[in-house]
Parts: sequence; C-alpha cells; structure tokens
Amino acid sequence: MLDPITLVVIQNGLQQVCNEMDLAFCRAAFSPVISEGMDRSDGIYAREDGALIAQGELGLPVFVGTMQFSSQAVIERVRKNGWSVDPGDVFIVNDPYLGGTHLMDVRFVKPFFYRGKLWSWLANTGHWPDIGGMVPGGFSASATEVEQEGLRLPPVKLFKKGVMDQEILSIILSNIRIADQRIGDIKAQAAALAVGEKRLTALLDRYGADTVDAAIAELRVRAEQQMRAKIATIPAGTYTGHAIVDSDGVVNEPLHVRVKITKTADDDLLFDLSESSPPCKGPMNSVIATTRSSVYLAIKHIFPDVPINAGTFAPLKITDPEGTFLYARYPRPVSGCAAEVSQRIAEAVFNALTAAIPEDLFAAPAGTSGNLAIGGHDPKRDRSYVMYLFTGGGYGGSSASDGISNGCSTIGISKMPPIEVMEQYYPVLFEEFSLYEGSGGAGESRGGFGVNYTIRVRRGSARASMVMDHGRTGPLGALGGGEGGVNKVAIEQSGKEYRPPHLSKDQDIQLAPGDCIRVSTPGGGGYGDPLRRAPEKIAQDLSRGYYTRDEAARLFGVRFAPDGRPYR
Amino acid sequence: MSWIAGIDVGGTFTDLIALDSASGEVRLAKVPTTPENQAHGVLAALDEAKVAFGELALIVHGTTTTTNALLERKLARTGLITTQGFRDVLELGRRTRPRSYGLKGWFEPLIPRELRLEVPERMDAEGEVVLPLDEPATREAVRRLLAAGCESLVIHFLHSYINPAHEQRALALARESWPNAYVTAGHAVLSEYREYERGVTATVNASVQPILDRYLAQLRSELKRRGFSRDLLVMQGNGGTVSAAIAAENAANTVMSGPASGVIAAAYSATAAGYPNAITYDMGGTSTDVGLIRDGVPEVSSELELEYAMPVHVPMVDVHTIGAGGGSIATIGEDGLLRVGPKSAGAHPGPICYGRGGTEPTITDANLVLGRLNPGALLGVKGAADLEHIRRQILEKVGKPLGLDATQAAAAILRIANDRMSGAMRMVSLARGHDPRDFVLFAFGGAGPLHAAAIARELGIPKLLVPARPGITNALGCVVADLRHDFVNTVNKHVQDIDITYVNYVIQQQISAGRELLEREGMAIEGLRLLHSADMQFQGQTHMLKVALPGAEVTRDALQQLFEKAYWERFAVELPEIRAMLVNVHTAVIGLRPRLDLRVLYDRAAPHAARKHFRDAWFNNAWHPTPIYRRESLPETLTGPAIIEQLDCTTVLEPGNRLAVDKLGNLLIEV
Repeated sequence: MLDPITLVVIQNGLQQVCNEMDLAFCRAAFSPVISEGMDRSDGIYAREDGALIAQGELGLPVFVGTMQFSSQAVIERVRKNGWSVDPGDVFIVNDPYLGGTHLMDVRFVKPFFYRGKLWSWLANTGHWPDIGGMVPGGFSASATEVEQEGLRLPPVKLFKKGVMDQEILSIILSNIRIADQRIGDIKAQAAALAVGEKRLTALLDRYGADTVDAAIAELRVRAEQQMRAKIATIPAGTYTGHAIVDSDGVVNEPLHVRVKITKTADDDLLFDLSESSPPCKGPMNSVIATTRSSVYLAIKHIFPDVPINAGTFAPLKITDPEGTFLYARYPRPVSGCAAEVSQRIAEAVFNALTAAIPEDLFAAPAGTSGNLAIGGHDPKRDRSYVMYLFTGGGYGGSSASDGISNGCSTIGISKMPPIEVMEQYYPVLFEEFSLYEGSGGAGESRGGFGVNYTIRVRRGSARASMVMDHGRTGPLGALGGGEGGVNKVAIEQSGKEYRPPHLSKDQDIQLAPGDCIRVSTPGGGGYGDPLRRAPEKIAQDLSRGYYTRDEAARLFGVRFAPDGRPYR
Repeated sequence: MSWIAGIDVGGTFTDLIALDSASGEVRLAKVPTTPENQAHGVLAALDEAKVAFGELALIVHGTTTTTNALLERKLARTGLITTQGFRDVLELGRRTRPRSYGLKGWFEPLIPRELRLEVPERMDAEGEVVLPLDEPATREAVRRLLAAGCESLVIHFLHSYINPAHEQRALALARESWPNAYVTAGHAVLSEYREYERGVTATVNASVQPILDRYLAQLRSELKRRGFSRDLLVMQGNGGTVSAAIAAENAANTVMSGPASGVIAAAYSATAAGYPNAITYDMGGTSTDVGLIRDGVPEVSSELELEYAMPVHVPMVDVHTIGAGGGSIATIGEDGLLRVGPKSAGAHPGPICYGRGGTEPTITDANLVLGRLNPGALLGVKGAADLEHIRRQILEKVGKPLGLDATQAAAAILRIANDRMSGAMRMVSLARGHDPRDFVLFAFGGAGPLHAAAIARELGIPKLLVPARPGITNALGCVVADLRHDFVNTVNKHVQDIDITYVNYVIQQQISAGRELLEREGMAIEGLRLLHSADMQFQGQTHMLKVALPGAEVTRDALQQLFEKAYWERFAVELPEIRAMLVNVHTAVIGLRPRLDLRVLYDRAAPHAARKHFRDAWFNNAWHPTPIYRRESLPETLTGPAIIEQLDCTTVLEPGNRLAVDKLGNLLIEV
C-alpha cells in the first residue's frame, strides 16, 4: 500500500515532467500560435491503453481529452499492424478522425522506454500556422471534404531510432506554406519530448517503476472520486442545453447543438447529444474526439480545481452522437471543429447546468476564436504574406462579477498578437481597436464587451478568409440575463460595403489597396435579472460609455433624474 | 561622517544595516514596517541603530511604496491621451483570462475609460507619418483631463518606439498647461514595440509618480529636520540605485525593488565567497522569491507581470515569486490528498503558533512541531508558542484524515511543501537549461535557511550558502548596490541585413543618456561599468533570448555567433536553416560605488559563548537529539543534524550535512 505522501510527491513529479515539456516546447517554438498562443499541449499516456496519466498545466484547454484519444489511435495502429517500436521513434499524426481535432494540430507521439521496456507514451501537439489546403492557415469556410483542408498524416514514424526521416519531412514541407520555419517547430516539438524522457527517467529512478505504476493507478481512482464529489453538488435530474452555430459555411442554415445532461444516483453525468443537427456539408463538423474533449473542457471550466487524468473524466459518460454533425466521419470537412463547434458544445453544457448549479455557472462567453486570415503580396517588399488574427470577446456575467472584455476563446488561452507587431510584418494599417459598446449582455451582472477593429490594406492585392461565429444569435444570458452583442463583419471594397451572406464565415474576399475589413466580436451574456442591476453600477457603465442612455433605459429599466443620475 | 545606512522596507519589518567605513563598525536594526507611511519605520530604524545623523554620509533606501500602490490600486488619478481609435487598448489587453480554467474573474484597467481620450495622429511601423498630430485637439484633451481632476498624464501613441516625434510634441504641448511634472510619454519609459505592454508600463509610471514623489519629499524633509541633508539613494527593480532627487521621473523603475536588492546582495556576497553562480532562495511568510546569478551578475528581464494583465516591461532583476511561505496552509483535498498552499494564513491571523486565532496548520507550525524552530523565540510573537495546541490542530486537520500521528503529519507537510517549492523553483531556474551542479543555493529571508538543505537536495544542488546576516539581506543589497540606469531600444531587423553602424549608434546614444543621468545625480562614483545585451530570436519566433554582448561595438558575425551559442545552450537545438533577428538592444550604465568588505558582517562572539544545548528534532522518520548553536559562536566545521539560531533566522542541517564557516562568516553546507 502506497503511503499518501509519496502519492502526492509522485503526482507532483508527473505534473512537473509535463510542465517542463510545456516550457521547452513553448519557448523554442516558432509558430506564434504555439509560443504566444500556447496552442499546444504535452502529456504522459499509459503504455497499454493510452489513458491520460498527466498533462502540462500550460497546455491548451481543448486538448485535455484529445491527446489521450490520439495516443490511443497510434497504439491501436501499432498493434494492428504489428509495427515495432524502438527508443527514439517519434510518430507524427494529424488525422482528425484518429482522435484528432483539425489538421493544423500536429501531434508527436513517442514510446518511452525505461530499462529497455516500453513504460508509457509521451505526446505533444502543436498548432502549425499552415498545413496546406485551399486557404492559408487552414480555416477554410467552404471546404466540403477533408482533402481540401490540407495535408492529412496518418501515424508515421518521422523519427526512427532518433533519426529524422528526411523523405517524410520532404513530403510534409512540399505540401505546406511557410515551410522553411516549420523545421523549427518540428525540432522544438521533438526536443520537448526529449526533455520529458529525461525527467521521467529521473522520476522512475528515484521512486521505482512499480511504485510509480501503483501511484498512477491510485491517482486515477482519486481523481474520479474528486470529480464525483463535485457532481454530487448537482441535484439529481435531467437538464437540457442549447447552442447555435451560425451555419456550416456552405449551406446557410443554423446548426443546433442540443444536449441533455442527466445526473444519476451514482454521481455519473450522462451526456446525450443525439438531438443535435445532422452532419453538415461545410467544415463545421466535429470529430468524436473533439466532441468528447469539449464536454470535458466545459466541466473543467465549471470545476477548475479538479486535477486532470483519465480518472477525472470517468464519471462523464458521453453517448456517441451518431448521425449528428458532432460525430463526423471521413471525408467530412472538420476545420471548424476545434476552433468553433467545440465552443458551442461547451456553451450548451454551460447552458444546461445553469439551472442546476447557478452559483458555479456564468452566462455564455463570446465563444468564438475569431479567426481571420489575410493573404496577399506586398509589392514594396516583393514578398508574399499570410497574416492571422484571432480576437476575443466578452465573457458572461456570473454571481461573482461582470464578465471580462476581450477574453480569449473558451477552448484556448492564446494571446492576440500586438497591432504594432502585425503592422511591422504586413502591409496593413489598423484604424481602430476599440471596445464594442453596448455588446455586454444586460443582467444583474452584465456581460463583458467584444472588440471592434478595422484593418485597411495599404499596398498590393490580398484575399481574406474568416471563420467566426455568433453572427446570427448572441451568446446566451443566464437566469434572466440578456444576450451579448452579435459578431459583425463588413468589408469595404472600392467604397462599397459587402457583408458575408453567412455573416461570420467567408473566404477569398478580394481586397484591393485602400479596401478594409471591419469586425465586431460578440459580447458576453448577462447573468441575472437586469432590473436588479444597481443604479450606481449603471451610472458607472454610462460614464464609461459602455451603454447609451437609451440602452440603459431599455435594457436595465432605469429612468434619469434631472442631474442625469439613473434611478428606478 | 563616514557612516552609510541601507534601509529596506519589507512586508512585516523594516531592516537597517549601518556601516562605518572608518572603523568597520556595523549596526543593525529591525523595526515593524509602518504601512500607512513607510517613512515612520525608516526613521524608527535609524533611531534604533543610534546612528548620529551628523555622522551619516549616505542613506540608501529600498521602498515598496510603488509596488504596494499598484497592488492595492491606490494610485494617482491619471489620464491618457492616445492615438485615435485606440483608447481601449489599456482595457482590452491581449485577449486573455485570469486562469486557464474557469471563466470567471475580473480585470480593472489602470485608467478608467472616461479618462482615456483620443487625438488624431498616426505613425506607421516604419516611423512615417500617416496622419499629422492634431495640436488643437491635443490641447483640448489636456484641458479636459485637467478639468476632470487628473494629477498625472500619459501620452501613448502607436509606433512611438520607432519615431517619438508626435509623443514629444504632445508632451511639449501638455507641459504648457500641466501644473506639475507628472507627464509620461510612452517611448521615454520604454522604447519597445507592443502597444499594450508599453502603454501599461507608461501608465504604471505616471500613476505612481506623484505617490513616490510625495513619499520621498516627505522623507527627505523629515531627515532634514533631524539634521541629515546629504545623499539619499533609492533602490530600483534593476538592482541599482538612483538619486532620490530624480527617482520619481522614472517611478516605474522602483517597482519590485525589494526582491531585486536581495538578489544584488546575494550576487555580491556569493561572488565574494567564491561562488559566482547561484540560485537565490528567499522564503518569507507568504511567498518565496527565486533569482538566478551567473558569473556574479543577476539575470535581468523586461517581462515582469506584476499581477494578471499588469506588465511592467522595464528591465528588472529577474525574480520569480512562488506562492509558498511559512504561512502556507496545509489542507486535505476532496481527493483525500495533502496539499500545502496556495492559501496562506498571512500575518493575520497567521500560523497557529502566532496565537492570534489561526487554526489552519501552516509550514511554520510544522517546523515547530518537528523541533526545527525554537518555540520560545518566534520573531514578533510574545511568549512561547503552545506546542501541544499546535500538535492537536495538526493531528485533527491533517493527521487523522491521513492516518498519521501529529509528528508524521507535520513531517508530511514539510515534505510536500519542499517538493512543491523545489518543483516551482526548477521551472524558473534549472529547467531553463542550467546544470544544478554549477550552482550554489543562496538561502536567506526568514525561512529560507530553514528549508534550504531539503530544497538543495531536491534540486540536485550540491552546496548551499547561508550568508552571515540572512535576515537583513535586502538592506545589505541597498548598501552594496551601484547606481544603475537601463535603456532598451527596438531594432527588429534580420542580423544579416542590419545596418550595424546604426546599432552601434543606438548603443552610443544609450551610453550618453546614462552618463547624463549619472551627472545629474551628482554622486561620487569610483568608475563606470557598461553592460550591453541583445534580445534576439529566429525569424518567426515570438520569444526572445537575451544575449550578453562583449562590448559597445558589435559586428553582424559576432551577433550571429553569440545568438547561436546561447540558443544551443538553452534549447539544445541548432537551426542553420533559419535567419536570426536582432529585436532589442539593451545597455545598462552603472556608476560604481565603493566596495564593501563583507568581513565586517561576521559576528564572532567569545568562545565561552559556545556552550550548546540540545533539542529533539525530527529527521528521516526519527527524533534526533540535535545540538542547537548560536550563530555567532559556531565551531569552524560541524556535521548535521544541527540547528543554528540567530535573531531573525534559523538554519537547519539535516543528518550528514557538512558545514564549514568561511572567512566572511558565510555558512557553506554540503548536502
């Protein structure tokens, strides 16, 4: 029997191995999406079934579940094909249908050997800025099959016994844009796994492989207990939640995420997503790994202090939503699943559980990654470029406070690049980057605000593509709170205004010098009855210009005294 | 008139060390910090040390006035004038949230929206004017902010780091009517790109300027009233000092000066002892500060985030704060496992042993139960701690749920705490490409030497060093720190395309700006030291690596080679495929102050005081009768277990640790 103190020490030790992998990967990476955007993750997975043992604390939230699924897919392949695995091998894989997300998330999976025996798997994933396909950056709004979205890699050994396979490398580099910098990411990704190998070996040397094995099993049981203790706070019953994706980018109709959550007497949570919309033509399908991971992520946002390992998610039982767009099969296009659909799934879960445990919940956050890519040619520098921008939006209000403004996506922790840096690299001028007034949903605690920005092309022609959401309906309020402001996109082409028919998704919009794009990102939903918001807070909202007087009167039901003070 | 005093204001105590350069006499004082006005504590410390004001040549002061003002948001009312379309940059930040998981949390910008005004003007990324500055609109904005009651003003325009002309013009216009000197232009505080970080740094400067200015003015007048009107220097976050007369101009530079002075003292002391590579470990009541010293020079970074979304990007000694201290609370989580921290009992109610109503077991309580701390000599606590009461609480809260007795439970608390602390310390030091065997662990602060042997063992650092006066290390930092001014300018070009004469010109400009400041300060200095470095990266990266430059003249080839070498050392990756970029050039201009002979700190009592007694202390699952020594009467060598006590610090030697005292009075302990 393992003593509880050694158990904690080993738990910390496993976590430390992952955190050090995160650190090594992030500081050495090239892709700003990885280094600045933190769009990556590192972890340790069980040798037999790929179950999550530990994952770095600095990793992207949406990967909490998917990394385990992709490690499992690699293990299955290895078994099925009878492949040998040797120390120094590293598999590369980005196939969305094999436990993945979108093609840009490239995973490295490495067998870890201790004293000559396979002991576990180390894996990491990083978002590459490009993976080929019909639009730079990979977020096509109108792909109808996965082949259009980019290069799909089944699990293959990029490193064999420590040596990089130059032939596989050359295939990859011949199929992606800005290929010259990817070698930097590949080396950083592999170096991080090497750090993990070294640190994990030290941990096993110190405590013994058997003890660590016993600790892992015990920690799994304890994480499950802890999650059940949280679930126990939810009153028994069935709760329903709903969220809307504007469209799939091809067919201009909304897609519905509908979730039924049942809390059982055994403190399980059952998730039924089967009443969601059927698979769609455009790229808003979600692969099952991402669907599951989105549910995990939503629960982790609600109970943030539960540690992550395979046991954490054992009480969360998700029925495969066959026949819906949340269970996409080859060759359905999926580029929107990690960035957008995942956030709608989380939103539906938040929406459902608000009725059950309102104190722990919050109104819906903006919930879109706000991806915008502008690609073109800069005649002054005679250089082609691809510029990515991802912006945040308002968070929902909660019992604790109003929502924050320009928060990052629900699934991410990525910072946006500074405007001064973007203007250094690309021939564009930002004319505005401001708070989207009025966009915070009304409530006793109001939602945070979205962002307005305007980008003008200064030189050369360019094309813009975007995958955003919440253009049709704003993020939902909770407990009587109002919706947040909707996402808006407008393009000025030679003085004329163009609005994307799908509101938040479009691609290949032609831009000439002097043309510009204006975007407003969603605000967060309001929490609680707006008529209960304190007049002093409304007065402050007004002096800050967050709402107009008319909006305040209409949304919050106040009148104004002769000195301008709001009252009810 | 040969005395120098270093006075550091900490969270609980204000520490003083005074030295007479003529006689070598040393006096120390430790008085309670007076948070409402730190000057009272400073004067009380001077009184307690009984240094005649007429005999004092110099006071060097480390103050937390600006850091506290920021953390408590007790700031001057500040207005902003910025580029049209961008007044919300300070509120919208970089698209973040306070924690990775959980969508609650709050953020309040330093300047509220109604005090952020825009004027038409625009510079592009190459420094070309896109839209000229609208001067009447600028005057009007100044007028409106004054009418709104602003005391300080920030002028923050896009791309001012590359062409400050508009900011300079707006600054001149503002000065025409602004009634005081509290006007900050972004480029003048920080000439680096990234509009949010530069804007917040400038705002931090403006909003603490009047507070620091008033504090120093009041302190100087109090000192003058008592007969002291000579030099007063103020510690800065960069580990150097600045004359009080000009400190408020760049008030942001004084943020985090306390932790910096500790590391400066450590660098000075460790180097003098023959260990120029050290990891500093300063554990106090609520937090632990960790820094890294290589070749006698503390690492410097310009990426401090004082709290969530509050970057202060001026160069500072790179000190990382870990949320673990003597007051960290031990709890049993829902998973049935023991956790220590991050919750802290703080000073009120404090650990159980303080007897102020604390009921949650803390690290300090565990140290008492295990015999490592003397229950009769807790600093700032009257009378002896009630050991039985503490044991019962630990048994109840930690022992019973885990099936352990009180002693085992206390040992578990220490083991988990040391494990977590050393893990967090690894992340900010050794995990960045350093070999532990190249370092000593330099332990100070109230609790550092208590845990240092265990931490060193965990980190694989073979030797630890406890200085002669570990409790007043920060005050010592004030005394040994040089005058220092830092300058950073963004270049952001490929190394191979760079106009190297321009780079060298920028360095020369930085040197002359620093010399000019030193002249204005008018302090006698013994010499000038220049440190140059470059922030570099491979094209496409966002993280930068700081590369030390050998001199003020650089060549393209040298830049390339230095960067490749540094990158290999840090990441063990070579990238001949990708081009290197020079992002920023950084110069520190250092006015050297007279060296201090640390032997004066060595407190050796007469041999008759060497009589020792024993206390039972718990190591490796057993009680050991452990000799207790007074620090001033140690034998030259000894082998653990042993406990060494002095006024404000306890050092623990685990069984088998070997101690030697060097000629400066440092304890060198092999673990």
